Amino acid sequence: MIAFDNKGIYCAQAGIYIDPWQPVDKAIITHAHSDHARIGMGSYLAHHLSVPVMKFRLGADINIQGTGYGEIIEINGVKISLHPAGHIWGSAQVRLEYKGEVWLVSGDYKLQDDGISTPFEPVKCNSFITESTFGLPIYNFPAPQLVHDDINNWWRQNKEEGKNSVLLAYALGKAQRVINKLDPAIGNIFTHGAVDNVNALYTATGATLPNTRRITHETDRKEIQGAMIIAPPSASNTSWLRKLEPYRLGVCSGWMQLRGTRRRQGADRGFVLSDHADWEQLNTAIKDTAAENVYVTHGYKALYAKWLKEEYHLNATEVETLYVGEQADDTVDLEPSNTDNNEGIQ
Amino acid sequence: MRAFSNLFTAIDQTTSTNEKIDAIVRYFEIADAKDAIWSVALLTGKRPKRTVKTGELWEWCAELLNIPTWLMAESYHIVGDLAETITLLLPANADLKEYALHEVLYALIDLNGKDIKERQDYITHMWQHLSPAELFVFNKLITGGFRMGVSDKIIIKALAKHFSIDENIVAHRLTGSWDAKTTSLTESVAAEDGNSDISKPYPFYLAYPLETPPQELGDISEWQIERKYDGIRGQIIVRDSQLFIWSRGEDLLTEKFIEFHSLPGILPNGTVIDGEILPVKDGKILPFNVMQTRIGRKNVTKKALQEAPLVMMCYDIIEHEGVDLRHLSMQERRLLLEELIANAKQASAEIPLLLSPLVHATGWEEVANERSLSREYNCEGLMLKRKDSVYKTGRRRGDWWKWKVDPLSIDGVLIYAQRGHGRRANLYTDFTFAVWDGEELVPFAKAYSGLTDKELLEADNWIKKNTTDKFGPVRSVIPDQVFEIGFEGINPSPRHKSGIALRFPRILRWRKDKSAKEANTKADLLELLKAQL
Repeated sequence: MIAFDNKGIYCAQAGIYIDPWQPVDKAIITHAHSDHARIGMGSYLAHHLSVPVMKFRLGADINIQGTGYGEIIEINGVKISLHPAGHIWGSAQVRLEYKGEVWLVSGDYKLQDDGISTPFEPVKCNSFITESTFGLPIYNFPAPQLVHDDINNWWRQNKEEGKNSVLLAYALGKAQRVINKLDPAIGNIFTHGAVDNVNALYTATGATLPNTRRITHETDRKEIQGAMIIAPPSASNTSWLRKLEPYRLGVCSGWMQLRGTRRRQGADRGFVLSDHADWEQLNTAIKDTAAENVYVTHGYKALYAKWLKEEYHLNATEVETLYVGEQADDTVDLEPSNTDNNEGIQ
Repeated sequence: MRAFSNLFTAIDQTTSTNEKIDAIVRYFEIADAKDAIWSVALLTGKRPKRTVKTGELWEWCAELLNIPTWLMAESYHIVGDLAETITLLLPANADLKEYALHEVLYALIDLNGKDIKERQDYITHMWQHLSPAELFVFNKLITGGFRMGVSDKIIIKALAKHFSIDENIVAHRLTGSWDAKTTSLTESVAAEDGNSDISKPYPFYLAYPLETPPQELGDISEWQIERKYDGIRGQIIVRDSQLFIWSRGEDLLTEKFIEFHSLPGILPNGTVIDGEILPVKDGKILPFNVMQTRIGRKNVTKKALQEAPLVMMCYDIIEHEGVDLRHLSMQERRLLLEELIANAKQASAEIPLLLSPLVHATGWEEVANERSLSREYNCEGLMLKRKDSVYKTGRRRGDWWKWKVDPLSIDGVLIYAQRGHGRRANLYTDFTFAVWDGEELVPFAKAYSGLTDKELLEADNWIKKNTTDKFGPVRSVIPDQVFEIGFEGINPSPRHKSGIALRFPRILRWRKDKSAKEANTKADLLELLKAQL
């Protein structure tokens, strides 16, 4: 029912691709990150909450239809529905059913409740397509609340020591869940333009976030004293960032679990916070689907497929895609960057 | 353990030297006395002898967690550090217990000779009762290689601050052999020297590489110029008619260097000479690899003594007649050194001490010319020392500079890559390079350093996309990328397929302008080898 070709994940019966990386007529998009939602498709289908972000990133004139979680769309006998993936605002797993056979394309997902995205919902299927970004037993993420407490404590301490706090987090998804759990009683919260743009899209579609201010030419230096500033990873090593001195730099990423990656980032602190599933979450998700066939995409796909075969005796296959998952190092920034438009403090 | 692992975390979370020093000082204030001396031992690389093997850690961890060993091995390749891998694999413990750092160290030392069951029980017990931060420290205590981002300089500063004594005094007291088991911080650092250890060397003064044109150093008459020899930097100490030879790495090498054993009768008591230990035969300095074969041996054979007799090329005198001379100027010390060696020569013509000759020049152009002749002397370059410089501690800028010759270089093709360790874990940063031998590529060097962080990421990305084969942690890649490899010397080596071994190979440049076909050949390498001999 589903095939992997050079354009993406294809359902021939419905004539539709899921997260294609080459232009196709019809595309279902699991979520709005740029390795999954690409430009040039004839038409797009995605969750309602993804629509504004996709229009913002791909162009207001794209042909896009929004749908809700659990609503069934039938195309040529294939019943298609979206189910929460818990990854970011509006992220979805795509369920496809044809003549009693069920496939589930998860896109990117996590089982942890991030307090802002609709939490992941387990869906039964025969064949499951999963990512494997953190598919090794060394990745065991702490409970998010502990990390948010650490972030607030770090901010409080930096403020006491006369430093600003700059936290690098993906502009779409990570930044909002971080902001959502910041304690505004500690001080002012500022954002980089790329983050602020996405915040506006989130709040326009019903999210409530603490008050934040965008850093612009007019921003008064005094006001950022002791403040928390949320910026995308692409802001590191830019003049935009240097103008925020004196600051301490934190990075929010699942990769911060590894000491080497943390030190390579040149950050003062690494906070282990990811929108992807860690080892336990992946294993739990796969068991819960009760799938007998598992297709493993981006991440440690060969190793994770081997594990599924040996440990759970599943038909596990690795699949080559162009999805990238969470980037360990910010070589390819997935966020629209506003660092060059002179938005920084004068 | 908790206080020490908190210290470790605090140090790990900052790149600021001052914050690191403050964290250590804060630790000294609260630490148990025994823990404090052990922490200094650990931070300065004085780890007790290892009592648990790597293989045992693997087995016990796999057994405890019930995971396949292949998965552990793959995890290790990603993390790049065994202690960290095990820490990440172990689940968070609910039943935490408090242990003092020194107790844990004694327990580990005590495992020596115990049967396997007892050792396994202790280790797995600890694995189940420590917090993640403590677990990492605990595993590091076993496996060693504490790279905490703390230099000896930082420890010295912290101790000086804690005890309010001069840094140089702290540095001297910390040098040489002391045992955390039998001493305390107050005794080893703060106490006045009474019956202090007579083997104690001084901390070495080290030079930074010269990065500006020498003309910027000003008037040449203010500078003492010597050759930079390529041997083992060391200190010869004669006190109480006993000889001690220390290497820069603070290894006591007295036993290995038989040639110097007659010195106590010749040099006056209370003498410390700083110099380079070198193989010299018939007045000619031999290449470094001759020395290497000599120091690698447990027992020095007669043959080795004849083939590579050692001498010390004396640079400096640090102690004379029992008096610390470090506050004197280079010029004053040099006079004393010349006098000492002349007297010693009179006492015994055959002594294995040479005075490092001065390079005389009237202008920096002439100095540059002398530098270009370095390889003919089997030297690495020149040393520039300000005549009025005192003998400082550690690596310092300003008064002493090393001005090495430009490295030899060759263009090689990247053929294999392996993941790095530590900061480079999870990135393909350890490269093997090859040169052409007809149509075949023969590996000739491994290099890890020389690329910027940005280039490393780019290379990692390229490697992942151009892998042709994987065997274990190693990937072979399409032979396409050319890198310029720099090195200090080249020697014949029957063990390598290329027939040569390089000294200090590193990457000078990524030659994106060159295609693989334009890389150098094995014949080019042999040509360089011939030119060296």
